[in-house]
Amino acid sequence: MSPKRGGRDRNFPREEHPGDSYYGRPIINPPVWEEREIAGYLFTGGLAGASSILAAGADLTGRPALARGSRGMAIGAIGVSLAALIKDLGRPERFLNMLRVFKPTSPMSVGVWILVGYTPLAAGAAASDVLGRLPREGRIAGLGAAVFGSAVATYTAALIANTAVPAWHEGRRELPYLFAGSAASAAAGWGLIVAPRTENEPAVRMAVLGALVELGAEQAMERRLGMIAETLQEGKAGKRLKIAKALTAAGAMGARLLARRNRPAAIAAGAGLLAGSALTRFGLFEAGMASARDPKYTVEPQRQRLAARG
Amino acid sequence: MAERMGFFTDTSICIGCKACEVACKEWNEVPDDLVGWAGSSHDNSIGLGANRWRHVAFVEQRLPLGDQQANFQRDGGDFRWLMESDVCKHCTEAACLDACPTGAIFRTEFDTVVVQEDICNGCGYCVPACPYGVLDKREEDGRIFKCTLCYDRLGDGEEPACAKACPTDSIQFGALEELRARAGDRVQELRERGVEDARLYGEDPGDGVGGAGAFFLLLDEPEVYGLPPDPKVTTRDLPETWKQVGIAAGALLAGAAACFAGARR
Repeated sequence: MSPKRGGRDRNFPREEHPGDSYYGRPIINPPVWEEREIAGYLFTGGLAGASSILAAGADLTGRPALARGSRGMAIGAIGVSLAALIKDLGRPERFLNMLRVFKPTSPMSVGVWILVGYTPLAAGAAASDVLGRLPREGRIAGLGAAVFGSAVATYTAALIANTAVPAWHEGRRELPYLFAGSAASAAAGWGLIVAPRTENEPAVRMAVLGALVELGAEQAMERRLGMIAETLQEGKAGKRLKIAKALTAAGAMGARLLARRNRPAAIAAGAGLLAGSALTRFGLFEAGMASARDPKYTVEPQRQRLAARG
Repeated sequence: MAERMGFFTDTSICIGCKACEVACKEWNEVPDDLVGWAGSSHDNSIGLGANRWRHVAFVEQRLPLGDQQANFQRDGGDFRWLMESDVCKHCTEAACLDACPTGAIFRTEFDTVVVQEDICNGCGYCVPACPYGVLDKREEDGRIFKCTLCYDRLGDGEEPACAKACPTDSIQFGALEELRARAGDRVQELRERGVEDARLYGEDPGDGVGGAGAFFLLLDEPEVYGLPPDPKVTTRDLPETWKQVGIAAGALLAGAAACFAGARR
């Protein structure tokens, strides 16, 4: 093939430059995180943290089945979380390099130290239950796990918000509440599955409260995002988030209306809440990826910002 | 600490030869990853990434360039090529450095930003932290790579490989203060010669990253070259985000307590 002069006669496919981006390519480099590991961790971390809180309340108020089931879920979910986080590293054998420093400017660094504090406490509380030994120490560990758990369930909002990913960064004010609500509804969902009817009223209340906060925060976030909200409403992310909202709302209603009377209904409602929380996280993860891939979500808000400054 | 060193990339005299890309790969032993013609003018390396620490962008426009006569189109119309060699900006407030949870990313005595390859564990947090899309993971390796502003050469008093190889001095290396003064003169000269769209990008210490250590003279809007028009280091918003996280965590504990208060059996 001999190249011809003149520009228009080249016989390989050519793209016109669009003018408002560099051939439509992303401005930022999209996250290199695996969806299963990291979106999965956003869910299991929230589930673990809030389960520890539910377990501590159940322990203090004499609801042993709810306490034991929630403690078990807390350590199980955080175990899965740690495995996912380490597996997602490009060099998993260097995981311990995370413990060289503590950096408040890095939510990932802060998060690692939160997990370092949380995991032994959650493990201790669950071990005390399973072995039936040291109940007083188990209770104290459980209370500590609840306090750390509130951080485990919410710091992940700062983790994703502290990036140049438009849908995540611009949602930074609402994401902590969205994640807290989503974690609460997930933990309550598991509580409904493991607790008998005589013990499950706190889980029912937590399911309703968590779902309301989750859905309300998501509404507020979509309003604030402006044109970036498209990434939460369209495509794969939009589909996931629509189903997530339906599952969360149905699960909370089912819990409120039926779970106190009917055991199978309580289990179904709990499963719905868990699935809703998981899909919320996978939906938000995908929305972030979509907003990173299309340069317009980076360029247009920055253009508006420049125009507003004059 | 030594003087702050940086790059001034004057795109108005870039001829798109890609000697910078090649010199960078040679000196830094960056793996080959030629993608072939991307179909976008003469670009064959797509953008910055783990294996592309310099990237030459090519934009074709039917616009005049100053008072030059292109005589390039068969219809005699206007035509200009914009070519720009992109690189890590070595920000004053570097989001990648703030986000790095291992301390692998550090600031050198030349005020440049470098990833220490013996510490990086490939967590990937710096990748979406960067507002310019500079850092990326080398998949076959697992770690994150980017321009080091030839840290090893600087220590020996040598200029970076790309600047050394650039045949038109489009890439200029030097003390940042001196480069800024030189760039100010250059942009004024171009405007006087009729290139009214000439503007500097990243030279302002008042911008969202506190000014870039590698800045540019552009002939069109930044997004035309794939650069963000108003980049901002997200760390500036982090204190407010942490505050919201704290309130949300407290609310989660309080809300849960309320769920137990007075609950029936």
